Amino acid sequence: MMRFILPFVVFVVLAVFLFKGLNLNPREVPSPLIGKPAPGFVLPQLHEPQQNFSPADMKGKVWLLNVWASWCVSCREEHPVLMDLAQQNIVPIYGLDYKDNPVEAQRWLQRGGDPYVLSVTDTEGRIGIDYGVYGVPETYVIDEQGVIRYKQIGPVTPDNLREKILPMVAELQAK
Amino acid sequence: MIPEIGHFSLIVALFIAVCLGVLPIIGAARNNAVLMAIARPLAYGQFLFLVIALGCLTYAFVANDFSVLYVAQHSNSQLPVIYRISAVWGGHEGSLLLWAFILGGWTLAVAIYSRHLPDEMVARVLGVMGFVAIGFLLFMLLTSNPFDRLLPAAADGRDLNPLLQDPGLVIHPPMLYMGYVGFSVAFAFALAALLGGKLDTTWARWSRPWTTVAWVFMTLGIALGSWWAYYELGWGGWWFWDPVENASLMPWLLGTALIHSLAVTEKRGAFKSWTVLLAIAAFSLSLLGTFLVRSGVLTSVHSFAADPKRGIFILSFLVVVIGVSLLLFAWRAPKVGLGGKFDILSRESLLLSNNVLLSVAAASVFIGTLYPLFMDALGFGKLSVGPPYFHAVFVPLMVPMILMMGLGPLARWKKIGGLELAKRVRWAFLSALLIALLLPFAMGMWTAMIALGLLLAFWIIATMLLNLRERLLGRNDFLQRVRNQSLSYYGMQLAHLGVAVFIIGVTLVKGYETERDVRMDIGDTVSAGGYVFRFDGVREIEGPNYIGGRGHVTVTRNGQAVTELYPEKRQYNVSGMPMTEAAIRTGLLRDLYVSLGEPIPGSNGAWAVRIYIKPFVDWVWAGCVLMALGGILAISDRRYRIHSKRSGAQLDTALEEKTA
Repeated sequence: MMRFILPFVVFVVLAVFLFKGLNLNPREVPSPLIGKPAPGFVLPQLHEPQQNFSPADMKGKVWLLNVWASWCVSCREEHPVLMDLAQQNIVPIYGLDYKDNPVEAQRWLQRGGDPYVLSVTDTEGRIGIDYGVYGVPETYVIDEQGVIRYKQIGPVTPDNLREKILPMVAELQAK
Repeated sequence: MIPEIGHFSLIVALFIAVCLGVLPIIGAARNNAVLMAIARPLAYGQFLFLVIALGCLTYAFVANDFSVLYVAQHSNSQLPVIYRISAVWGGHEGSLLLWAFILGGWTLAVAIYSRHLPDEMVARVLGVMGFVAIGFLLFMLLTSNPFDRLLPAAADGRDLNPLLQDPGLVIHPPMLYMGYVGFSVAFAFALAALLGGKLDTTWARWSRPWTTVAWVFMTLGIALGSWWAYYELGWGGWWFWDPVENASLMPWLLGTALIHSLAVTEKRGAFKSWTVLLAIAAFSLSLLGTFLVRSGVLTSVHSFAADPKRGIFILSFLVVVIGVSLLLFAWRAPKVGLGGKFDILSRESLLLSNNVLLSVAAASVFIGTLYPLFMDALGFGKLSVGPPYFHAVFVPLMVPMILMMGLGPLARWKKIGGLELAKRVRWAFLSALLIALLLPFAMGMWTAMIALGLLLAFWIIATMLLNLRERLLGRNDFLQRVRNQSLSYYGMQLAHLGVAVFIIGVTLVKGYETERDVRMDIGDTVSAGGYVFRFDGVREIEGPNYIGGRGHVTVTRNGQAVTELYPEKRQYNVSGMPMTEAAIRTGLLRDLYVSLGEPIPGSNGAWAVRIYIKPFVDWVWAGCVLMALGGILAISDRRYRIHSKRSGAQLDTALEEKTA
C-alpha cells in the first residue's frame, strides 16, 4: 500500500514548492538595492583579463550594468535591442558576464556583436549574489553617485527601454 | 455583438462541461443508464459552443475589431490576414481558448469513435474529460477572458510579436496542443479504469491508439518548434533547453514510455499499475507545462505575461486534478494485481528498463528545469541551470536506453537466454562498431562522441535489419511473409529508424559544423567547408508591416555557382523590434546557413555576417517525422479498427498466438 501512495506524497511536496514559487515571481520582486549604492567589486575584464574594472571607475557617469551569459537563452532575445542602444551612444553599457566560461563568452560576443564598452567576468557568481541577481539577463541603471536607480529583471525590450530605462537615464543625465 | 456571442458561448460551454464532468460519472457509479447516455450529447454540445467561441474570436481578429482588448494587444491593421488568424493563439487568453477547443475536439472524437466500448466506460472517460474542461473554461472566464472589451476602442492594435509572424508558428502551437491535450484521453481512460476498478488488457487496447495519436502530434509539434528556432532565431541552434521547451519534452518522454508500457499491458497483462501511473504523469506534466508557461514562475523566451492571480488559479486546478487522480491511484492500484510473470531477461524486462530510463530522463529534465525554483524557495538564492547540466545527464541515460532499444524487438516475451541473444546480435553489433569506428575517419575527424553517436545509430539500424531478416526470410514465400507482419510491426520499425536518423543528425551536426563570423565589405568572400560565400551588399526592403534590409550572398563551390542566399534584417513598425531572418539552403547532406548580424558603423555598406555549414542537420527533423510516420502506421493496424464488442475476445487469442 505504501508504495502506491508515494506518487501522491511526492506531488504534494512539489505543489508546496510551486505555491512558494508563485510568491517568488522573478519579474515582480523589486530589488532591495534600489536607491542604495551599487555594491563594489573589482573583477577582471573579459577581453583583457590582466586589467580590472570596478564600479568606482564610473563615478560621475550614468551607466547601465547588464548581467548576461553565453548560456542564457533570453539574452539572445535581448541582444539585438542592446546592439541598437549601443549604436545610439546615449548611455554606456557595461557587461557582467555571469557564471560563464570566458572562452564561450568571447565567442558569443564575436558572433552576435559586442554592445558593451567592456565586460567583466564573474565566473563564480559571487558579485551576482551581492547584486541580488534573480536570473540572467538583468540590467541596472546606475547614477553619477554610483547609486542603483532602476533594475530590469528579464530581457530589455524596445518597450521598456522606451518607457522606463531611457527616460530614467535622460533624467539622471540632466541633473 | 460578435464578441459577446463568443463570451456567451464560453459560458454555455462551461455549463455543459459541468454537467459532463459530474452526471455521467454519477451515472456510471449508480448504474443509471440515462445519466450515462447523456455523456455523448453533452460532448457534442460542448464542442459546438467552443467552435462558436473560437469562430467569434477569429472573426474579431480578421475584422480588426480593436474594441476587443485581446485583439488590440495582439494584432494590427497592417498585419497580413494569415497572421491575424494565427494571432488568435498568439497570446495567453487566445491560446487558452485553443486549448479548450482542442480538448473539446478530443472529447468529441472519443464520443464518436467509442461505439464498441461499454457504456459505463464511455461515461467515465467523457466525464473525466469534461471535468478537465471545467477547469480551463473557468480559468478563462474568471481570469483571462479573450472577449474583454476595450472601451473606447483602440485606433490600431499593438501588433503580434514579430517572432510569431512566421509560417512555422502558425501551425506549431496547434500541433503541440493537440499532443498536450491528447494525453488527456489516455489520462481519462486510466482514471475511468481506476474508477471502475477494472484494469484489463482491453483497457490497454482501447487507450493505445489514442495515446499514439497524441504522441504523433506532440512529436511533430516539438519538431516544428525546434525547426522554427533554427531558422528564425538566427543562431543556428535547434534546441536550447529552455524551460518551455523542456515542458514539452517531459510529457513527450513519458508519452513514449507510456506507448511501450501500454503495449506490454495489452499483450502480456503486465505492468498495469505502472502504465496507469505513466498515463496520469504524462498528462500531469502537460498541465504543469501550461502552468510553467503562464505563471511566470520561471523566466523563458516563451513566457506569457505573468499574473500571480492566474498562477494561483491554475496551480490550484493542477493540485485538484493531479492530487485526486494520484489519490485514486493509491486507493485502487493495490487491487490491480501484477499480471503476467516474466523472467529477468525477456522482452518485458527490456521494455521495463527502457521505461524506467525514459522516466528517469524525464525526471532529470524536470529537476533541471525546476531546480532554480527549488533553490530559491529554500532560500539558497537564484540559480540557472544551463545546457551543460542537461548534456551531462541526458547522454549517459540515453546510451543504455538505445542499446536496449535494439534488443527489445528481438527478444521473446517471458524469457530469453542471454547467451542465445548475444549470439544472435553479435554480427549486428560488430558491424555497427566497425562503421562507428571508421566512418569518422572518412568524414575527416575522429572524436569519441561522434563514434559513440554513430555506434548507437547503426546499432539500431543493424538490429532492425537483423530482425527484418529473421522475420521475412525463410523457406516460405517472401511476399507472403511481408504481408503477414502487422502494420504496427512496421510502424515500430519505422519509428525506431527515426530515432537512428535523429541520432545521426545530432551527432554529425554537433561534430562537423563549421561557423564563420566575419565582417564583410561588399564584394568580400569567405570560404568555409569548401564553399565560397561572396557578399554582394544589403538593399532596403519594405514589407507589409516592417522595413529592413535584404542581403545578397552568392555561394560557389570550385567556381561553380551553388545558390544565392537572401538573409534579412527586419524592423517591425509597431513594436520596433529588430528581427533576423536567416537564409538557408537546405540539403540532404548539409545546410548552408547565412544570417545578417549588424551593419558596421562608419563603413561603406559592410555588415557582420554569420555563416554556418550544418552537415546533416535536417536529419534531426527527418528523424522526428519518421517517428511520427511510424506512429501513424501503427495505429492504422487492422486490429484497432474494431467494429463491435464481440470481436474483442477472439482478437485477444489471435494476437497472443501471433506475437508469442
